[in-house]
Amino acid sequence: MIPLVAWTICAPVPVRAQDSCVTCHAALEGSLAEPAKLYDGDVHHSAGLGCADCHGGNPKDESMNAMSPAQGFRGAPKKTQIPEFCARCHSNAAFMRRFNPKLRTDQLSEYLTSVHGKRLKQGDTKVAACVDCHSVHNILTVSDPRAAVYPLNVANTCARCHADAGHMKGYNIPANQFALYSESVHAKALAGGDTSAPTCTTCHGNHGATPPGVTSVPNVCGTCHAFNQQLFEKSPHQAAFTKMGLPGCVQCHSNHEIVKPADDWVGVGEGTTCVRCHAKGDPGYAAAQQMAGDIASLKTDYERAEEVLGTAERSGMEVSSAKMELTDANGQLIKARVNVHSFNPAEVRKLTDEGKKISRQAYLSGVGALKERDYRRKGLGVALVFIILAISGLCLKIRQIDSRTGG
Amino acid sequence: MAGLHRRVLDWLDERFGAGSIEEFLRHKTVPVNRHTIWFYFGGMTLFLFVIQVLTGILLLLYYRPTANDAFESVQYLVTQVKFGWLIRSVHSWSANLMIFTAFIHMFSVYFLKAYRKPRELTWISGMLLFFIVLGFGFSGYLLPWNTLAFFATKVGTDMARFAPFIGEWVLVFLRGGPEVTGATLTRFFGFHVAVLPGLATLLLAVHLLLVQRLGMSVPPDVERAIAEGRGKPRWMPFFPNFLLRDIIGWYAALGVLGALAAIFPWELGTKADPFGSAPAGIRPEWYFLFMFETLKLLPGKMLFIDGELAGLMLFGLAGALWVAVPFLDYKAGFSRVTRFFTGLGVFAIGYILAMSALALRG
Amino acid sequence: MKNLGREEPQEVQPDRRWIDLLLATGVLASIASFLYPALRYIIPPAVSESTSRSVVATRVGELKNNTSKVFKFGSEPAILIRTADGQYKAFSAVCTHLSCTVQYRGDTRQIWCPCHNGIYDLNGRNVSGPPPRPLTAYEAHVQGEDIVVTRSA
Repeated sequence: MIPLVAWTICAPVPVRAQDSCVTCHAALEGSLAEPAKLYDGDVHHSAGLGCADCHGGNPKDESMNAMSPAQGFRGAPKKTQIPEFCARCHSNAAFMRRFNPKLRTDQLSEYLTSVHGKRLKQGDTKVAACVDCHSVHNILTVSDPRAAVYPLNVANTCARCHADAGHMKGYNIPANQFALYSESVHAKALAGGDTSAPTCTTCHGNHGATPPGVTSVPNVCGTCHAFNQQLFEKSPHQAAFTKMGLPGCVQCHSNHEIVKPADDWVGVGEGTTCVRCHAKGDPGYAAAQQMAGDIASLKTDYERAEEVLGTAERSGMEVSSAKMELTDANGQLIKARVNVHSFNPAEVRKLTDEGKKISRQAYLSGVGALKERDYRRKGLGVALVFIILAISGLCLKIRQIDSRTGG
Repeated sequence: MAGLHRRVLDWLDERFGAGSIEEFLRHKTVPVNRHTIWFYFGGMTLFLFVIQVLTGILLLLYYRPTANDAFESVQYLVTQVKFGWLIRSVHSWSANLMIFTAFIHMFSVYFLKAYRKPRELTWISGMLLFFIVLGFGFSGYLLPWNTLAFFATKVGTDMARFAPFIGEWVLVFLRGGPEVTGATLTRFFGFHVAVLPGLATLLLAVHLLLVQRLGMSVPPDVERAIAEGRGKPRWMPFFPNFLLRDIIGWYAALGVLGALAAIFPWELGTKADPFGSAPAGIRPEWYFLFMFETLKLLPGKMLFIDGELAGLMLFGLAGALWVAVPFLDYKAGFSRVTRFFTGLGVFAIGYILAMSALALRG
Repeated sequence: MKNLGREEPQEVQPDRRWIDLLLATGVLASIASFLYPALRYIIPPAVSESTSRSVVATRVGELKNNTSKVFKFGSEPAILIRTADGQYKAFSAVCTHLSCTVQYRGDTRQIWCPCHNGIYDLNGRNVSGPPPRPLTAYEAHVQGEDIVVTRSA
């Protein structure tokens, strides 16, 4: 009877086997009880692993002896020991295969190449180790939206340290990356639900987190922005920037605060990106001028066609075919903007010329529609003239008949 | 020329007895007084109806009454068919013009008390025609199958639900199902081009026959003036005097319709998407606005009756009284009863105008 | 009845004729201006109606395997693809990213958008690049000598 009662009291959670770690720690206070409370939500718990599987000791032993080194107890690891502690399983491919064959097992080796890993090895305990990002005792999978490492949450997790100026003092890097990133199109795309949008780890790596080197920035951006990278590499800027030791992309687009580029970035006026380096007389200046001019004139032609088609449509003319063809001109404009990255005005001009041709055709269709509208109104005029003629004839006839009949 | 004209008429007379028709037309007269201007509106409504039939038949050559094709067939008609834009816009504008002249005709007959004995049946057949014309407007509006029409029909037919006992049945009958779908379109098409024209033709025949048999009514105040010797009875022959004036009006209407079609073509809109959401500010055509606004303003529940049901009953009662006015205002002389009905008519016009203005304000 | 007319026939005659002429001209001209549009209307146009529900995209045999054709469907471009094994597939050709017109690439056997390198598979699913949504799929059937593309129900 008593063992039964003891069993029901001491094992409130139906565990697969009696786990003395949970039973005792759950009855304690404060931080000692935390792990027992959190662990039910942990992915390791769902996999059937208990406290002893990481911390060692004997979960069947209800005495304090359960935690003796003789029983294999490892205790809670120190900060500098954490990576190896987790890697005991996570770098063991044969072991991991039992649970999730898809999971990578190179996190530790990656980590050791990262800035965090290197500094931790030197004894710096302020840097991130496994549990700082993944939390501990209530670890969730990456695909769980509540996880700190879920794509939408990654930036916030990194910002816990990297946006804390006090924490980052002494490291010689700014603490404003998160603030800048939050203004970027990438952050907004991510917030809009597009989990393929880049967050900190996309460009810096997750376990091997390191800023990309100067020569590899275009490669990193080019993993998504392939066209822009290809064009850039063939462009005169690639060699020039490499010689000057400048990263590509970042020069014009910034690294964290990447905002939506506007057409007026290209050009030679005040406030354009090009004049930051180019001055009147150098070939780059001329190229910028031509490209900006071509894109601007395509936009003008496109808007002109759009306007005349809009007027025609509002006058009641049906212009859906012409409107559809005009969308191709918009396609050319979009391609021209991408092609700016070739910094080759001739290439850009090919696209803008095609776009202008299409715009002009659509414009002519619109003008034709307006002509048709005017033809209708002229036809109406003619018909009205005949009607007025008929009405005048009728009026006179009526007068004539009335006078005859004396009505 | 005149000889040929005579010979043809004689030939027809031997077979149809057309001579008596000719004789009758020669003798048909129209009273001439300061109210004569209103006498043109019946003929104008009839003329516009004929325009509707003719343009409608032309539209039938290209229109397709299914949910998949209706919108595209109208689009095709308006863009590819020569003068398709003209026929379609004339049809849409003339529909509205016809309903407008029908209102004027009805109200002018009401105020001139032309419904008094012996013309009660003319009034009743005319009121039935009026309801049929509204039915034409409602059914025709859906046919282009654009977003506005779709949702206006949804809201409009929803009202049927509130009729007591038969409400649900009427709703399903109108819609060809519980919801507005392609079945509704086909059904409305059937109403619009077959059922309503058939009924209209019958009633028109009755209405026109009665008008010919009974002649044109002389308004009460003119009658009294003549009786008291303050004026002489004046008249003009219908044929050709009045008819020529009628024709002037019809020509003017044609000019107006042409101008409207060329300068303010009727919109195509966007194809209806039954799963889309209703655009903001959906409302019926102008001739239904006053009823729409009334229903909006009525409280959700009046005593123990549903607001919409109360509204429907109100309009039903008002309509019934309006149709029955020849029997209610049976003396239609200068009695207090008659003056009451004149006031009622003024109230009706004011109400319709006020409610419509309110609805337009949004 | 006044008999003005009959007493002086000579004076009224030219007047009456002039009025009649004006009337006849006006009426005939206006009737012609009404009949002309109606008659032109009745003659069917050269372009046969293609509804936006179904369009004849091409004739059987015109499209080779592993090639495609962009055509107008309703008011937007659509693409008909004949796959390497002879099947016909049809999609809306409007890229779901920024509405450029997509193309079929025989080398990768994927649908590709040249604006920003968006890629869709042969089921229209967006598999790479910026497009956020798949392409709308249409149905392509052989009807006699024609390949007819229709919107799915």
